[in-house]
Amino acid sequence: MNILRKKSATNLPFSETAIELFIRLCGISSIIFVFGIFFFVFREGAGFLFNGLDLGQFLTSVEWQPTSLNNKRYGAFALIVGTFSVTTLAMCIAVPFGLGAAIFVSEFCSPKLRETFKIVIELLAAIPSVVWGFIGLTLMNQMIIRVFNAPIGLTMLNGSIMLALMSVPIIVSIAEDALKAVPDSYREAAEALGATRWQVVYRVLLPAAKNGLLAAVLLGAARSIGETMAVLMATGHSVNIPSGPLSWIRTLTATIAAELGEVARGDEHYQVLFIIGILLFTITFVVNLIADLVIKGIRQES
Amino acid sequence: MHINGQIGFTTTCLLIFLACGFVMNGCSPKDEASVARTAGTQLTIKNKGSDTMVNLAQAWAEQYTNASTTASVEVSGGGSGTGVAALINGTVDIANCSRQIKPKELELAAQNTGKAPQEFIVGYDALAVYVHQDTPLDKITITQLAEIYGENGTLTKWSDLGISHSDCPSDKIIRISRQSNSGTYFYFREALLGASRDFRIGSLDLHGSKDVVEVVGRTPCAIGYSGMGYATSHVKMLEVAADTDSPYYPPNLENVLAKTYPIARPLYMYSLGEPTGEVKGYLDWILSPEGQKIVEKLGFVPLESM
Repeated sequence: MNILRKKSATNLPFSETAIELFIRLCGISSIIFVFGIFFFVFREGAGFLFNGLDLGQFLTSVEWQPTSLNNKRYGAFALIVGTFSVTTLAMCIAVPFGLGAAIFVSEFCSPKLRETFKIVIELLAAIPSVVWGFIGLTLMNQMIIRVFNAPIGLTMLNGSIMLALMSVPIIVSIAEDALKAVPDSYREAAEALGATRWQVVYRVLLPAAKNGLLAAVLLGAARSIGETMAVLMATGHSVNIPSGPLSWIRTLTATIAAELGEVARGDEHYQVLFIIGILLFTITFVVNLIADLVIKGIRQES
Repeated sequence: MHINGQIGFTTTCLLIFLACGFVMNGCSPKDEASVARTAGTQLTIKNKGSDTMVNLAQAWAEQYTNASTTASVEVSGGGSGTGVAALINGTVDIANCSRQIKPKELELAAQNTGKAPQEFIVGYDALAVYVHQDTPLDKITITQLAEIYGENGTLTKWSDLGISHSDCPSDKIIRISRQSNSGTYFYFREALLGASRDFRIGSLDLHGSKDVVEVVGRTPCAIGYSGMGYATSHVKMLEVAADTDSPYYPPNLENVLAKTYPIARPLYMYSLGEPTGEVKGYLDWILSPEGQKIVEKLGFVPLESM
């Protein structure tokens, strides 16, 4: 085998070059795709964004009346608030559960149980979002009506629970990796000093892995912001500034999903939906960028 | 060494071949003529559009496909707007529409496909105003509905309608509406508010005729609108009058046919160009007494009383 490798390294046959080129293309393609998508979304929305759209109204008005016959208004403020409020509440639910599960899986459970847990958590990640939406629409709807005595169960809370269930697997797997990355010498040193297991976690592991944990949370949040189908079905899909977890809301993503099918190509409404796309792209880009920078921070430390 | 190179080369070729196949498959030219000949001699008629009509269209399709040896019908929903968009793109044979096609859409379809859509009225639908079965309300006027649903409307509480709704402690009227690509949404808005006024924001915009009735049936505070064929035992259909001076009419066959019920509308089907062959056969069958019987069976109103 060694001889083979040496030979092909000095005198590359055609096939090697072709494979290398192919793999290189695969690598570059993801970059091309991201820029391609951004270019496409931007091109579709740019015309109206720079020429016609009142950006102030778009960002601050709650009046979303894109199908009005004589007074079209594109105020996305309620949609932006909807997206952020449902994501924040989802994170309030998902972060304690996700980090708790990660700590348990990485520090407290036996290796055998850990494997089972990992498989189950991966299974949770594999459930399609429309199934979550369906659960929200039927099961969770009834439960919220019964538990909170609410008039209707399709609420921000409903959507948040669905989003939390969807982002927990991401948070668990990334947070667990971050905890695993803390060198064992830290644990040993802490235990040698007489720390209990919980003290090791609380005083040593969490501070040491904090960047990785933050990245886990941010990627979970990015997942929530981008989620569409589940929130479309579970949150009531109503242009409304929420006054509490039991208010119904509408998110940016759900608006695109619900309305893009109907609009005429090139229409103002069509372009506004793409501008919402640009906004979403920017939000997730910023969140992912922060997560990336934070992860880089860990790498440099270790 | 040589063998290694050979295998590498074969694998590469295979990989490239597979990748190409994949790409080609994805980009294969779209079936322009939408009547596709399937494996046997059966033709598939593609039919898409209105959610209101989707159950009806499916019932038609099933019966027709069972009876016919030469054609089968494929139905999907998505909303009237979706159906018209598909017609404009030339990807369906028949679009179902619970509103009339707009002049702009007609023009686009003619421009894109070279064929002008032909209109067929295939039945009537009465939009029922639904409330929860325990709501102590039986009648409502269009004017009241306009104040409930319209922008800057004055009616936001059940007590504003003069009733005390004991099952709705918040007293707030929860408005259930439809997503904005629904023909039902456009028709209801036009019937209530005309062209100059919009719906008030903050309604729950649901994604289907059936969903509206289901949510209203579970929500004592709610009011909603949907086709009268979707009624269940959990909801109540209100009698509707144009204004306080006019008589109230319940939504039923007689009142729709007599055009006394104020919120009833025709249901349309659009074909691309003058229908021919199997598409013509299907449309003729829909308009025949046999097809119209199904209209009545599903809670819609047939073209003529039978």
